[in-house]
Amino acid sequence: MRIVVGLVLVLVLAAPAAASERHPTLGELEGEVMCPTCKTTLDQSTAPIANRIRRYISARIAAGDTKSEIKRKLVIQFGPSVLAEPSKHGFNLLAWVLPFVALGLGAAVLAWLVWRWSRRREAETPAVAGAASLDPELERRLDDELARFDG
Amino acid sequence: MRLKYGLQGLTVLVVLGLLGLLIWKVAHQDKGVKLGGGRTPSAPAFALTRLDTPGRLDLASLRGKVVVLNFWASWCVPCKSEAPRLEAAWRRYRGQGVVVVGVDAQDFTGDARRFIRRYKLTYPNVHDGPGNVGSKYGVTGFPETYFVDRRGRLVGDRVVGEVSAAKLTAGIRRALQS
Repeated sequence: MRIVVGLVLVLVLAAPAAASERHPTLGELEGEVMCPTCKTTLDQSTAPIANRIRRYISARIAAGDTKSEIKRKLVIQFGPSVLAEPSKHGFNLLAWVLPFVALGLGAAVLAWLVWRWSRRREAETPAVAGAASLDPELERRLDDELARFDG
Repeated sequence: MRLKYGLQGLTVLVVLGLLGLLIWKVAHQDKGVKLGGGRTPSAPAFALTRLDTPGRLDLASLRGKVVVLNFWASWCVPCKSEAPRLEAAWRRYRGQGVVVVGVDAQDFTGDARRFIRRYKLTYPNVHDGPGNVGSKYGVTGFPETYFVDRRGRLVGDRVVGEVSAAKLTAGIRRALQS
């Protein structure tokens, strides 16, 4: 049952991505392609080259190109920096991996700190309990003082 | 306690490492060559695909000639009005060992070729899609024009924006005399 649910979940999540790859829209590509002169994504730019790239993307979509094909053609013309996201190969892979490594390290450090803090609390608890049991002489004097205060 | 100091030391090391990376990046940022004030730095080398004919053009192959290096793009309006001026200079001075080289950057090759045909440019033109060569020269916009002497050194000032006939002639003459 769990496997079936998992498979359905994977299909539900993968379907929009596959559709976007096969039938990309100008709107989504505008957010994934950079304007080479203004160094912002196309959707943030009205520069002449941004408008030209928009026209090119529309023409390629109309011609039936997939998202990957359009991006590959743009990289041939403008180099890899035309893509808003770094590629998932070679040195650029670091940009994808490092945030997760940092997140993992942060979680590990946090877990270790919590564990240490809770151990210290446990160690301190008997000491507090010990402090509550007073010296018999001191306890007797305290009782006398309290009796006098009540009286 | 030892672990605490170890963790603190590691944090300081990470912060110092990141700071070092930032300093390195700022120090090694390509701001392009410095011109003017009598400086004659070497023209940054390049070898780029030609737009007007198959093959590549290596700047080093033009050593011994004066090179007028013009950075342009087909979508740039002033590039259109200066193109006939560059063609005229090429025709006038090529007999004296002067070559005009157009570097089309941040542009579609198809658009660039149409531009070359439309303005009947006969001087060599190359394609620098990502604009990497322009960055080496410190190009900040289009068009920009540089003058390289026979020894491969940049001479005079760059011309930012549309180049006038007078500036073109003056730049070429300075490079020829250098």
